[in-house]
Amino acid sequence: MSERREIKLTINGKAYAIAVEPRRTLVDAIREDCGQTGTHIGCEHGVCGACTVLVDGDPVRSCLMFAVQAHGKSIRTVEGLADGDALNPLQRAFMEHHGLQCGFCTAGFLMLITGVLEREPDISDEALVEVLSSNLCRCTGYRNIVKAACAAAAEWRRR
Amino acid sequence: MAAALKQRTVERMSRAMTAPEARTKAAAKFIGRSLPRLEDRPLLTGRGRFAADIDFPRQLHMRIVRSQFAHGRLRAIDAGAALTRRGVHAVWTAADVADIPPIDFRLSRVAGLEPYRQRLFATDRVRYVGEPVAAVFAEDAYLAEDAAELVAVDIEELPAILGADAEPGEFEPGRLTEPAIVRKGYGDVDAAFASAEAVVVATLTIGRHSGVPLETRGAVARYDEERDVLELHGAAKVPHWNRDQIARMLGRDPKSVQLYEGHVGGGFGVRGELYPEDVLVCAAALRLRRPIKWIEDRREHLIAANHSRQQHHHVRAAVDGEGRILAIENEIFYDQGAYMRTHAATVPDLAAAMLPGPYRVPAYRASARIRLTNKTPCGTYRAPGRFESTFVRERLLDAIADRLNLDRVEVRRRNLIGAQEMPYARPLDTLGTEIVLDSGDYAGLLDKALAAVDWPRLREQLARRRAAGELVGAGLALFVEKSGLGPFDQVRIGVDGDGAVEVVSGSASVGQGMETAIAQICADTLGVDYRAIRVVHGQTERIEHGMGAFASRVTVMTGEATRVAASAVKAKALAAAAELLQAPVAVLDVVDGEVVRTDATAGPSIGLGAIAAALSRGGHEPGLAAEGWFRTNHMNYPYGAHIAVTRVDRDTGAVVVERYLVAYDIGRAVNPMLVEGQIVGGCAQGIGGALFEEFLYDERGEPLSVTFADYLMPTVREMPPVEVVISEDAPSPLNPLGLKGAGEGGANAVGAAIAAAIDEALGMPNAVTELPLTPRRLRRLLRRATAHDRPPR
Repeated sequence: MSERREIKLTINGKAYAIAVEPRRTLVDAIREDCGQTGTHIGCEHGVCGACTVLVDGDPVRSCLMFAVQAHGKSIRTVEGLADGDALNPLQRAFMEHHGLQCGFCTAGFLMLITGVLEREPDISDEALVEVLSSNLCRCTGYRNIVKAACAAAAEWRRR
Repeated sequence: MAAALKQRTVERMSRAMTAPEARTKAAAKFIGRSLPRLEDRPLLTGRGRFAADIDFPRQLHMRIVRSQFAHGRLRAIDAGAALTRRGVHAVWTAADVADIPPIDFRLSRVAGLEPYRQRLFATDRVRYVGEPVAAVFAEDAYLAEDAAELVAVDIEELPAILGADAEPGEFEPGRLTEPAIVRKGYGDVDAAFASAEAVVVATLTIGRHSGVPLETRGAVARYDEERDVLELHGAAKVPHWNRDQIARMLGRDPKSVQLYEGHVGGGFGVRGELYPEDVLVCAAALRLRRPIKWIEDRREHLIAANHSRQQHHHVRAAVDGEGRILAIENEIFYDQGAYMRTHAATVPDLAAAMLPGPYRVPAYRASARIRLTNKTPCGTYRAPGRFESTFVRERLLDAIADRLNLDRVEVRRRNLIGAQEMPYARPLDTLGTEIVLDSGDYAGLLDKALAAVDWPRLREQLARRRAAGELVGAGLALFVEKSGLGPFDQVRIGVDGDGAVEVVSGSASVGQGMETAIAQICADTLGVDYRAIRVVHGQTERIEHGMGAFASRVTVMTGEATRVAASAVKAKALAAAAELLQAPVAVLDVVDGEVVRTDATAGPSIGLGAIAAALSRGGHEPGLAAEGWFRTNHMNYPYGAHIAVTRVDRDTGAVVVERYLVAYDIGRAVNPMLVEGQIVGGCAQGIGGALFEEFLYDERGEPLSVTFADYLMPTVREMPPVEVVISEDAPSPLNPLGLKGAGEGGANAVGAAIAAAIDEALGMPNAVTELPLTPRRLRRLLRRATAHDRPPR
């Protein structure tokens, strides 16, 4: 059980060669072995979505995936969204619409929305809200997250 | 003045000439505006510093071994197998920390409760599932968890006490199930009931739920030999109080213990209270001489962090023929769980004290029975005691309306305290303060709320839909909140040579946006841009005193202390500038960080940074800095109205909240966007408590709500569009800015409003007596409704 395996994760374009136990979750590997702590752990059983990252473009609950399963895959996390100091349109929309309070669930929402808009740029607002129901936020009551997501989707479609 | 300073002064002069109007917009450029938050950038880019993000070299990870029984005799703990595991450094049990006293009360201490405080570990007996019995310290979090599973805990199970409303008895030898009763009241209640035209009675129940922040608890401690300082990182809510307690419990001087607040992933009353785990990491850091990290998992959080709310109320009201309240009598059974934690009697005290709400209640008697059960101990959760008592009071008002065949709005109007009666002293106290409702136009706010939804038209529409067979209804609830708890706040403001402004407060941030609100107040008072201000909070080594963030106090108390300190800094700056610019203070003001003349469209000016630099060169008290204190003996009282429109599914018993309105008067909104955020977020938690969230136990006291798949919090799909009316009709006379707190009004009346809406939807007055209204409970009501409809045989 405790024998470590060498794997390679590519996170936001940067390669990390790490050795992990087979039981190590992807989120622990991202946070502890690769030092990318922007991805958060909210429930460890795939309900809250705080740990959502993109694995080869798909939104994934990184608490439900083993790190070894992500070997060789391309992972994107919240740290990869901004261009240097410049926030991307989705991040800006969250700021403008007050889509975050404590900010703990925020990375998960940002990655969920990013993954959905990349896959389905013409998604309707109703369908987008349906997607947002897969993550939990305890501070905002969601209204401003919806506003931010819809504003970002509109900008996405214009581009 | 140095040549460079003169040069800069000239440049600013010319700028001032091009924009003379900038000098006149002095008063409120920042307060009252929905400005973007200062907090957001690190949180949006993944650069936050939450408790789990903090690491120290050579740290050990702590894993708590918890009781699996609700009640039992703790016979033995065998850590032998765990200690043989690679990477395991120590396993502690009660014997290892026998010298550390129990965790004391922070608020609402009541005589006789001391024996019921919680120690770091269970000793001879376990009292709830989740109670710490041992701790494993290991090199890695996975190893610590593995080893914790090897700790053999021998417990002889005993019968669990799970109900809070039985006859009082023995909780265990030497301890009672009812350690104290909180009594409050005034007036001749018995005479009022004797002379009443009608007596309305209700028995009401509120379920067990809690704040459940998305970030679980976490604490990282280390001992710095060089400074002889014990550091605790991951602090929240009340760092100074916790610092003093940890120091006392570990026998250290408070100055040798420092707490550091990073980002906090939600507070809601639960996070940041002092728990056994916080003290354990500190004790272990001192004794094992290694940094100790503890991050709670979600199951632990749901069984070990404070629960809240669970109460039964037996309430009755004496009313006259017009529906005017003559007296209210209420008996509360408060299910505290297995120990008295830091809040002591806070929740039942608030429930009893705040129950009369916005109404004239000539005589009142409440007894809140604190009851112990073999469940997770309780503390506060957003609008503690008020979510519960508003549900009870507003159910009572609806019952009075039904009994006397009065309109629900009209019965409230007849009983509301009038604006001309303010300030209104109510002969009750809570949180150590006398209740004096400081300001308010309750009827005015009711009118605003009704107008916002077009109440008569809404009722007609709903009546038509009901006639067409839908189960839809509207509910209304009014409430008074409390905010701005003293007794004081201290703030220190300094300006450095570059003009950067730092506000240091002993307050705390739980994600509510306090940095932005405090910066806005400082910006207007001092005359600088709010983005130029750094707000420091939750760092015990930066300031001597701090009360922290609870009871909707930060904007009021820290805000006012900030205003006082910023005014003092400004006065210092103007006095120094008067000398430097050779002008009388009376014609000077600070605009955009520059001291300028107000009596001319042009003239010399000097920046605050230059003044700070000049003051540092001697001849004066060095530096541009000042301290501000704000003190108060009284809380202030925001007030509001909630209106809910709900639809019930006849087949499944599911409730859909179609529409929701919160109208809330908070005197003055520093940042309306943040206030709305607080209200909508609170409303979501209220909806959770009214419809979904409940900590359930089986008959042996085994908790059944241990994952987010069992403990159901609202998702975006359960949330209605929430309309918010922020009202500023009644600024608080207790502070110069007129501020009241905005944190809890969104949650306060949700249970009450939804209950009323469901009564109407079902066509059954007084039907809803229990929260949360889960589909199972709704179906029970629906069966009753069907039975009513059936013609008698």
